[in-house]
Amino acid sequence: MAFLPVILWSDVLIWLLFFAAIVLGWLSARNPLWRTAWQRVGRSRAGMASATVLLVFVAIGLLDSLHFRPRLEDDAGQSGSATARQPAAYAVEVLSVLDVIATPLRTRNEKTYSEPLATRAYAKESIESRGADGRLQQSRDYPRLRHGGAHLGADEASRDADVGRRLLRAAGIAILAWWAVAAATAAGLARAEGCSHRAAWRRIWCNESDFAWNAVLAAVGCLLLVALPLAMLAGQYHVFGTDKVGQDVFYQVLKSVRTALVIGLVTTLVTLPLAILLGVLAGYFRGLVDDLIQYLYTTLSSIPGVLLIAAAVLMMQVLIDNHPQWFATAAERADLRLLALCFILGMTSWTGLCRLLRGETLKLRELEYIQAAQAFGVADLRIIGRHILPNLMHIVIIALVMDFSSLVLAEAVLSYVGIGVDPTMISFGTMINNARMELAREPAVWWSLSAAFVFMFTLVLAANLLADAVRDAFDPRMAGAA
Amino acid sequence: MASTVSDGMLLAVRDLRIAFVSGRSLLAAVDGVDFEVAAGETLALLGESGCGKSATALGLLRLLPAAGRIPGGEVRFAGRDLLALPEAEMRGVRGGGMAMIFQEPATSLNPVLTVGHQLGEVLERHCRLVGQAARQRSLELLAAVGIADPERRLGEYPFQLSGGMKQRVMIAVALAGNPRLLIADEPTTALDVTIQAQILELLRQLQGERAMGMLLITHDLGVVAQMATRVAVMYAGQIVEEAPREVFFSAARHPYTAKLFAALPDLERRGGRLETIPGQVPSLAAMPSGCRFASRCEHAWELCRQQAPVWRQVAIGHRLRCHLDRLPDTRAGALAATPGLAGTTAPTSEAPLLRVDDLRVHFPIRHGVLQRTVGHVRAVDGVSLELARGRTLALVGESGCGKTTVGKAILQLIAASRGSVRLLGQELGGLARGARRPLRRRMQMIFQDPFASLNPRMSVGEIIGEGISALRIDIQRQGRAAAIAAVLQQVGLEAAAAGRYPHEFSGGQRQRIAIARALAVQPDLVICDEPTSALDVSVQAQILNLLGSLQADLGLAYLFITHNFAVVDHLAHEVAVMYLGRIVERGTVDDVLRSPQHPYTRALLSAVPSARLETQPEFIRLPGETPSPSKPPSGCHFHPRCRQASATCHDRYPETTALSATHSVRCHLYP
Repeated sequence: MAFLPVILWSDVLIWLLFFAAIVLGWLSARNPLWRTAWQRVGRSRAGMASATVLLVFVAIGLLDSLHFRPRLEDDAGQSGSATARQPAAYAVEVLSVLDVIATPLRTRNEKTYSEPLATRAYAKESIESRGADGRLQQSRDYPRLRHGGAHLGADEASRDADVGRRLLRAAGIAILAWWAVAAATAAGLARAEGCSHRAAWRRIWCNESDFAWNAVLAAVGCLLLVALPLAMLAGQYHVFGTDKVGQDVFYQVLKSVRTALVIGLVTTLVTLPLAILLGVLAGYFRGLVDDLIQYLYTTLSSIPGVLLIAAAVLMMQVLIDNHPQWFATAAERADLRLLALCFILGMTSWTGLCRLLRGETLKLRELEYIQAAQAFGVADLRIIGRHILPNLMHIVIIALVMDFSSLVLAEAVLSYVGIGVDPTMISFGTMINNARMELAREPAVWWSLSAAFVFMFTLVLAANLLADAVRDAFDPRMAGAA
Repeated sequence: MASTVSDGMLLAVRDLRIAFVSGRSLLAAVDGVDFEVAAGETLALLGESGCGKSATALGLLRLLPAAGRIPGGEVRFAGRDLLALPEAEMRGVRGGGMAMIFQEPATSLNPVLTVGHQLGEVLERHCRLVGQAARQRSLELLAAVGIADPERRLGEYPFQLSGGMKQRVMIAVALAGNPRLLIADEPTTALDVTIQAQILELLRQLQGERAMGMLLITHDLGVVAQMATRVAVMYAGQIVEEAPREVFFSAARHPYTAKLFAALPDLERRGGRLETIPGQVPSLAAMPSGCRFASRCEHAWELCRQQAPVWRQVAIGHRLRCHLDRLPDTRAGALAATPGLAGTTAPTSEAPLLRVDDLRVHFPIRHGVLQRTVGHVRAVDGVSLELARGRTLALVGESGCGKTTVGKAILQLIAASRGSVRLLGQELGGLARGARRPLRRRMQMIFQDPFASLNPRMSVGEIIGEGISALRIDIQRQGRAAAIAAVLQQVGLEAAAAGRYPHEFSGGQRQRIAIARALAVQPDLVICDEPTSALDVSVQAQILNLLGSLQADLGLAYLFITHNFAVVDHLAHEVAVMYLGRIVERGTVDDVLRSPQHPYTRALLSAVPSARLETQPEFIRLPGETPSPSKPPSGCHFHPRCRQASATCHDRYPETTALSATHSVRCHLYP
């Protein structure tokens, strides 16, 4: 085998969540109430545009969640028969599919900082060169980058023209690609609704169809216009510059997406069961159960969250450091720490949702259909399962989507404070943390922070807009008006 | 012609149209409404829910919600066209020219501002009164609306006032700007009958003193009969008939109006079937081009379906939107065809189905850090009753008297503090959950609000099937689906309804589903907790008919909890009147409603507005409101409000006095 698959715990969870989402989609397609609610989401233009953007992020994250260890090349001297007998050796470095796709970005490291699209480094260095007379000359200049714009050779002045040419070409391809996507959509819609292509086209753009195709197409257009130029330039330049150790910032940003998604999604796996179970139990049974659960979450939410997280993360760190034999690779170690962080974040953030669900359950249990069920002698757990939970699901879904963005931001803050993910793991938080020193130096290194900021902002904004659309669609009061 | 008519008029509305934006289309909620209100007269705008009467009122004040539009029409108020006024001047008209009283006094006052502040706001805006002058005027206004001790009330917050007092304050706020027209949107719907009678009396008196015009929006024919000078009936966004009060109550011409009267339960049709209006109001999106009532009208013919009738005058002050010149007289025939149902089930001598003895439900009031019990809310305080198979016992009382708690305690939804509930001779109180199950299927409940009593996330079939599976009822022969279909048929719904969800049904249909859910387990006793109070008159008639025929067919016993005496009169065999957790009078319907003995029963009955013009019995005004059940007055609970109270009443609670074999009362007047 050319590679050894590595299954990290977070990979398992992420794919599980992905399939759970597919199952949930299938289930809601069968339930007419859920279907109409999701159709309302589908009609929301802002919601659908942000869903398109989020899908791209999710795709990046999923690609980055298929890990393996490549097989090491045999030494040239060994014969074929010898290799067959020897066990295959695999690299210590764990790669993902995204790493393979972005191999040029990953491998072409510079010495240190360089500006976006630069051909020379950001700081002057002493360069020794042999002059025409053969003497060793020392000059102080910006050294030429090893990879950035290397194809230009000595003709550095033509960089702007080269970049412009590539941008134009990328824009052209983007427009063509977009046109193809739009035409395919119109054709699909025409076939699905049995009307002419022209009519389908008009329906898309006059907002007459039941799905906000125009928003999706517009978002796809914008994405193409951003992504294609990036891809065109990234082959030869460092689009977002390089960091202190010369690593491409664009690559770091791409890698950060997975970390953000894991933090945002896996954490909810911890919060949801706790919040739903305890909240519903407290609201439904009231009395002593309610008192106990209330004391529990009141106590928990009174402890300063950052301190609790810091203590837990530090303990986890000590545990990991004392047991190096548990981990075959550094990636596994970093992954465990990431999961631990998710767990701790989850333990501290279920209280808000729990409180919300408790209040809603208190209200629901007084409703007449619950009393009618009680009059039938239906068992309590069955009432909770059949009557209360389905009527709470809209709150859960809304909270899930809303919490996602706040968790992504929380990770950034925690990593900035130094109690977040493993320092070797690339995340928006670690990037911002590094940028702290970079902004303080003179001249300031601004691109790392800006790139992290723009990507994180896009991700969180898309998540928030989608959350708004979902909330409007699932909120029974709004749904009643529609 | 229009201008000559509107000269003397305070408010003249011409062809007013109101529509709501829905997606890309406009749905017309009010479609060409004409009416006038003169100073000193009351125009009652009568209609069922969704007919556009509230939208009309809000449209007059230009207070429509964001989706509302006024595509056309003219509203002339005191000679000015309100629809053309700039917003700044319109603010002077609101409150200063026209004022509005809303339905729910609890939500129309701001809970964080004192009464004085809310009055002062209006006085400052419309009368430029501030400081001492404003305070003086506020005191006058509060006194005018009959609030005792206005000095103290001025500094109080809405939560310190009772419901009736809040509505009085709301009226005072409305009057503060010296309006010439008062728009009252269901001003008494949320109030008890005794309070309703007080408020209606107050409104009449204030109108007389100030020669105000009043636009009274209501669905209650009884309120119309008491208050209106003229009546306009709205149906599906149009006024279908307008007539002076006397003409309206004696010679209404529109088939819809006639149906409304026929649907009212009353003594004449006691126990018989009530007239119902088949079908539903057409939806705003699909208004028929012909007469809007044609699909539900038994007199409709071809012309009605093709051509919309014009708004025409048929007599002085009597206008009509109908193709018919004369209403065919079918009422007599319909009545004769339905023999009474109540007579068919004579009182039986067998052991009662349900026997409640000295039932008490006390809720502890906890206080302080340690949650010590410092007192009890005596919601139900020693109620005894019995009910035989096939009979209906009505439990009547005002809100807060504990009648719903009695129902829930009988069903064991609330644990009783003391007393016994025996169903078929078996004590329910001490039973464990499992042992109670066989008895659960013997009794079921129908709730008040059909919108809250059905789980919106479950299909109708699941809702009805829940009881069958929870009580493990044997349905070998038919199978579950067939059993559900059968019970749906029983309540007059199609079997296909089982696959649909509650939100696809109207209020009346939902109540049918709720009845089907209760019937699915084949109970003997059904506790009906105000099953018709959230429904329109015509729908109420359908449900009452259904309940009546189910009783005749299945021999059900009903414990009917209500505050509506017309319904009691129509349906019940026996009546028990509750006041503050205790039954004060009980007997057969004739005993209690024809010769009430307890002063409270008398006052209650006198306060019910009758939908006839015959002289209303003299209204016995009850001072104050129902006291809190946590601190009931000493002695007879009713003595602080009773005109006939003596010293004994203050000292001890009266014992039960049997006036006849069926009629008993708890009052010191009958030793």
